[in-house]
Amino acid sequence: MSQGLVIMSYIVASILFILSLSGLSNQETARKGNYYGMVGMLIAILATVMSDAVTSYTILIFALLIGGSIGVRAALKVEMTQMPELVALMHSLVGLAAVLVGYANFIDESSAFTGIEKTIHELEIYIGILIGAITFSGSIIAFGKLCGKISGKPMLLPGRHLLNLILLLIAVWLGDQFLIEAETGGGVWPLILMTVIALAFGVHMVMAIGGADMPVVVSMLNSYSGWAAAATGFMLSNDLLIVTGALVGSSGAILSYIMCRAMNRHFLSVIAGGFGSSGGGSAEVEGEVQAIDVEETVQLLHDARNIMIIPGYGMAVAQAQHTVHEISKFLVGQHKTVRFGIHPVAGRMPGHMNVLLAEAKVPYDIVFEMDEINEDFPDVDITIVIGANDIVNPSALEDPNSPIAGMPVLECWKGGSTIVLKRSMASGYAGVGNPLFVHDNTRMLFGDANDSLQSVLKRLQG
Amino acid sequence: MKIGIPKEIHEGEKRVATTPDVATKIIKLGFEVSIESGAGLAADIPDKAYKDVGVKILRSTQSVWKNSDIIMKVRAPEYNSETESHEAELMKKGQHLISFIWPAQNEALMQQLAEQNITVLAMDSIPRISRAQKMDALSSMANIAGYRAIVEAAQHFGRFFTGQITAAGKVPPAKVLVIGAGVAGLAAIGAAKSMGAVVRAFDTRPEVQEQIESMDAEFLMLDFDEEGSGSGGYAKTMSKEFIKAEMALFAEQAKEVDIIITTALIPGKPAPELITSAMVKSMKQGGVIVDLAAEQGGNCALTEKDQVVVKEGVTIIGYSNLPSRLANQSSQLYGTNLRHLLTDLCPEKDGQVQVNMEDEVIRGATVIKEGKITWPPPPPKLSAAAPDQTQAVEANKALAPVDETAIPEPIKRVALYALAGFAFYGLGSVAPASFMSHFTVFVLACFVGYQVIWNVTPSLHTPLMSVTNAISGIIVIGALVQISAPGALIMILSGLAVLAASINIAGGFLVTRRMLEMFRK
Repeated sequence: MSQGLVIMSYIVASILFILSLSGLSNQETARKGNYYGMVGMLIAILATVMSDAVTSYTILIFALLIGGSIGVRAALKVEMTQMPELVALMHSLVGLAAVLVGYANFIDESSAFTGIEKTIHELEIYIGILIGAITFSGSIIAFGKLCGKISGKPMLLPGRHLLNLILLLIAVWLGDQFLIEAETGGGVWPLILMTVIALAFGVHMVMAIGGADMPVVVSMLNSYSGWAAAATGFMLSNDLLIVTGALVGSSGAILSYIMCRAMNRHFLSVIAGGFGSSGGGSAEVEGEVQAIDVEETVQLLHDARNIMIIPGYGMAVAQAQHTVHEISKFLVGQHKTVRFGIHPVAGRMPGHMNVLLAEAKVPYDIVFEMDEINEDFPDVDITIVIGANDIVNPSALEDPNSPIAGMPVLECWKGGSTIVLKRSMASGYAGVGNPLFVHDNTRMLFGDANDSLQSVLKRLQG
Repeated sequence: MKIGIPKEIHEGEKRVATTPDVATKIIKLGFEVSIESGAGLAADIPDKAYKDVGVKILRSTQSVWKNSDIIMKVRAPEYNSETESHEAELMKKGQHLISFIWPAQNEALMQQLAEQNITVLAMDSIPRISRAQKMDALSSMANIAGYRAIVEAAQHFGRFFTGQITAAGKVPPAKVLVIGAGVAGLAAIGAAKSMGAVVRAFDTRPEVQEQIESMDAEFLMLDFDEEGSGSGGYAKTMSKEFIKAEMALFAEQAKEVDIIITTALIPGKPAPELITSAMVKSMKQGGVIVDLAAEQGGNCALTEKDQVVVKEGVTIIGYSNLPSRLANQSSQLYGTNLRHLLTDLCPEKDGQVQVNMEDEVIRGATVIKEGKITWPPPPPKLSAAAPDQTQAVEANKALAPVDETAIPEPIKRVALYALAGFAFYGLGSVAPASFMSHFTVFVLACFVGYQVIWNVTPSLHTPLMSVTNAISGIIVIGALVQISAPGALIMILSGLAVLAASINIAGGFLVTRRMLEMFRK
């Protein structure tokens, strides 16, 4: 295939990727968008494979087939509740690939650059590997935190900002060394050292971020994986990689920004980490919780006309989404208004709750965003909070000293009764006490969310 | 311990201190429960219903009082003309009495009970704090009184509450004015509203405006600046000027409305007179006034306690036993209040009560402890909502300067743009043409990404992320173009990169597909 045809195919692929992303921003066009993406990827790979640059096919085809089948298996096997973990893990693969390509390109001496072009090329390799390595180790840690292998609490080393700064300065200095040595054909050691430092930096960065900020971290890593691809594109002078990487990078960045705005927090302060460590003495929550049993819950539901369900991470953990759907279906059958209120950062990844509810086949026209329904709470008779904590915490609005002060929350306490399903009285991921639980109109239904809801459903039907 | 429930002897009292439902739960706490035969009849609960849940039925009044460790009643003990003895005399040392007492109004009774060497918990003295709401019998009874007030008004009112347009003509909705939006007032608003009336409400405490409006009633604003909130959520006595303005408002409203429900009470004082005889006169013929303050002298000048009178063509209802007129319901709620108190008194659930004077709620309720008068209790710790807010405001003020840096926002922004511009030009001055063309593509692509993503629906965040994840697998191209370069190491590195990226591509697209399949309308 001639160079012209390859570039033409790349243009087509770029356009398809743009269409794919714009398709994904709307429910109606989302499926089409996904297919655009697939076709674009297919065209890009085929064009590259058939181009003059590729001559040996055995390893290539093997790697593609093995990798592809692993991906297919993972995609078909993964539970919807484990979505955040899978996404984080896949980010790490992009990072890994970027590092590998960077090294391969560095070793490859067939490229004929001279003068400033050579310097720029070397710099591109350096930056590509740097971003790739941070993405790789950061995503691995995020994966560990999301599946609970690593504690969700922010790990705060003393002087962590200074530490980060030192790491950055070392990376810059190593970069300088690398450029000098690369002039004479060396530079392997600075590159390897930098990779180690970048890996450490990625680990440290994500370790310092608390579990409640995970949605932001996941989308931020998504952005990084895009930048890594873009840097690789510069390195290889490949416009398709640049375009696609930039698309993914900026979309991830914007997604993180949207998340931060939903939590009313500054992007930098999320990245700087240590959520919950500052803010000083947040008010201790005093008062007594009022427990409720399944029978009384059912009674309340029978009497209510307007019901709101607020799912949180606890629903994902308990895999309760199907039971929730059955209950909502039953209540709708009783001519009650049932709606779902979704906080933008509920769960551990952006849109996590929507995906779970969709999996349980909850029709999406009764699922509402926080901004759409927050003003309706005074008309709501019963709010059921399933394993959520920080997103329904009134101290975000009332207590200026609270670590989550200023974060918009679902104001369920303004409605009738609130029933909170919770395993125990532990505080949320942010480690903040929740005055909602001791509110006069709040009743606590303790136990595993799915078990409790199962028995509620049985009583409702029986 | 044994709990005894005697029959209420007060005239017109139909409530009973426990119901079979509540008794079941009390028995679960480890108590033995016995009840005087026929105690529940007036509340439509036959003896058999009690017997079925394991309550002992006792024939004689005396045996209930004599054989129980705890006596639970509704009304305070009083002289029984049938047995020709005072109920208090039936009690002996070591017994407990739980009922309404009103210690402030009944000093003689308090003395008499203290002489019997017993422990008395007064349901009316339970502190009105959040934790004690579940045993706040005043609220639960007020709720019933408010509801019943509307039912009584409806019975004496000659028209519909709701407005209708029928073939036989148009019916205007009834206009109801509720004065005092406490628990009873709010219950009345709710009941009137659900019957379709137009409801207005007035209260001296401005903080209840929100509650009134939340019930979909109109809050009558008084153009006067005075805070009417006293301690414990009650209203206090207002200044003369305020009362004058208030009376003018009522006089004006009286001409307009069909039904007035008054619930204004000031603790420990006779009820304020709010509706004068002139106002009654100015009302429409057929109007109804329900005076919930009749017991304390009434809010209306013409109210006669426990009577329904028609004056100036207006029916004035002065029943003081409205909860009793809904006896089954009030017994159920009152019984539940008692049960909650018992639960607190009996933390071990072993049927033994411990009058723990360290507990704020129990301390408040206990008016006589083993023969010693312990009333009034030390003042309750109030939840101070208002000061909190001012504190918050001040805290916000204190925080605000921290956020503001010395540089104003526009200058900062311009500086940022300038910096970015310089960086661009700096790069342009050294970079070769080939780099610049790639850079152009890069910057444009960033903007395209920004424009495309900005309006994404939040529910699609996860699929979007997994699709961008799949797309960032495009890095496979980088690996593909290198795989054919000379050298085994490059080939291995590139091969691994292809492997990793292709996992990503296949996995990402398929998982997105799986997710999108699930979204449905």
